[in-house]
Amino acid sequence: MTVLSPPAARPLTRPLVPAERRTEPAPAIKADIRNVHFFYKKFEALKGISLPLYDRRVTAFIGPSGCGKSTLLRVFNRIYNLYPEQRAEGEVIIDGRNVLEPGYDVNLLRAKVGMVFQKPTPFPMSIYDNIAFGIRLYETLPASELDGRVEQALQRAALWNEVKDKLKQSGLGLSGGQQQRLCIARAIALKPEILLLDEPASALDPISTSKIEELIHELRSDYCIAIVTHNMQQAARTADFTAFMYLGELIEYAETEKIFTKPNKKQTEDYVTGRFG
Amino acid sequence: MTAIPTTTSLEARIGRWARGQRRLDTVFRLGTALFAFLVLVLLGGVIVALVEGAWPALRHFGPSFVTTEEWNPVTDEFGALAPIYGTLVTSAIALLIGVPISFGIALFITELCPPWLKRPIGTAIELLAGIPSIIYGIWGLFVFAPFLQETVQPFLIDTLGEVPGLGFLFAGPPLGIGVLTAGLILAIMVLPFVTSVMRDVFETVPPMVKESAYGLGATTWEVMWSIVLPYTRIGVVGGVMLGLGRALGETMAVTFVIGNAHDIHASLLAPGTTISAALANEFTEATTDLYLSSLIALGLILFVITFGVLVLAKLLLLRLQRQQGT
Repeated sequence: MTVLSPPAARPLTRPLVPAERRTEPAPAIKADIRNVHFFYKKFEALKGISLPLYDRRVTAFIGPSGCGKSTLLRVFNRIYNLYPEQRAEGEVIIDGRNVLEPGYDVNLLRAKVGMVFQKPTPFPMSIYDNIAFGIRLYETLPASELDGRVEQALQRAALWNEVKDKLKQSGLGLSGGQQQRLCIARAIALKPEILLLDEPASALDPISTSKIEELIHELRSDYCIAIVTHNMQQAARTADFTAFMYLGELIEYAETEKIFTKPNKKQTEDYVTGRFG
Repeated sequence: MTAIPTTTSLEARIGRWARGQRRLDTVFRLGTALFAFLVLVLLGGVIVALVEGAWPALRHFGPSFVTTEEWNPVTDEFGALAPIYGTLVTSAIALLIGVPISFGIALFITELCPPWLKRPIGTAIELLAGIPSIIYGIWGLFVFAPFLQETVQPFLIDTLGEVPGLGFLFAGPPLGIGVLTAGLILAIMVLPFVTSVMRDVFETVPPMVKESAYGLGATTWEVMWSIVLPYTRIGVVGGVMLGLGRALGETMAVTFVIGNAHDIHASLLAPGTTISAALANEFTEATTDLYLSSLIALGLILFVITFGVLVLAKLLLLRLQRQQGT
């Protein structure tokens, strides 16, 4: 009797060549944003945003400061709920349900939608516990399995080799770039479906930045990634789709290549060529 | 030709001005140094006065002064064990009850409180801190102690008093006044101090760090307990120590409600005394030199205990900082 090898669930690595991407099957919609409005007290920061986020694709949000791109990201995991004076209207459909509904469990939503912030935010505990913290919130695992999950997350965030000998040391002792990868590892340790990156490299040096970008390429094969960036080259390098926002409105949303080479709107062209913003 | 004298006089003027500034600076430096040294001189003076005053008692009783319970002004026999015990136990009760409540209040104010309620609660806590201790004492004696005697203490005797291994703490008649009552009053008195320190340090946690924890799906409690508290532990320990300092030295309120008996009872319901209560009560009655000297020795011991607590707190903080690895 011959033993058939089990089919690989998903390819482990994916070539990073753009040409490859064109041959990929059409992406599925992971999150559908429909007519989202956002208010800080009376101020309307988002004025009816609608766009899809595709699964296993990177979507970049660009636009001048204050255009609402970070605000939009904060809608997806409802982190704005922490502040009573902020509210959102409209729909964000993930897996067939509107996550903005009052009845939707935000803790489960946040397990599904991971977020990484502008500045690294390691928790005041060891490197190991930084990763294990999130896992322990949802699962009670035996020590060996937890070790495995922590290692897996650190491997995935390309940090394992640098920290494997000092897992018991404080996460605060790492360099800025390492701390940011620690935060990404912490987010993906929960096996989220969507990863929100809010200017993840804006506080980092060029080398750390390129490591983060490589990492985004890597993670693209497993997650739906939304990244906010001020760096036009970063958007062009990392994203499949790009959304240009201005003053709370979505001006243009298309494949990254199109946004940067032949955008439909004059405003978009002016922004990506550096004429304003 | 005319330009040269002008320049020299300008330079001379600047030079004079600069010399004047330097002189002023020197005066200022010496002045502030003088004030700073004044603290050292005062502290040294207090220590010298205490040791000098306590010396006759310490020489007469030797080390047994801190190990004997006997306190008999008639026979001139004095031992400090009962007040030391009372001081430590009442302070321990105060922290045991006050610190968790303070943590809860601070947590509520920083994380859960609707914005319009923040200010009223904050102000109420500050007002609580401003109530003079004599008021606490009177309230404790005339309102709180009778209340405890009629309701809480009989309840404790009937419930916890029956628990094997724990019952001895709640044995005896409900007197109203006693070690437990003093501890409870102290808990109320340290509450505003510990709360306001905790609230202030909790608010120093960067919102982004909290958001990252919430972003993983943590609940408010998980964020407070696992993120905010470790992040601010140094400040929190500082706040607890501030409360402990107040509890150890508090005099008037404790004197009113503790019963002032130089005895050590296992039961927390029994009357006892603390160092500061003994001093306040007995200074006017200290007729013999040895009596007076023994009281001053009690003061010295309180000083040593407070100093020891401060040193322990510093050591604890150093260890925490090393563990944090930053």
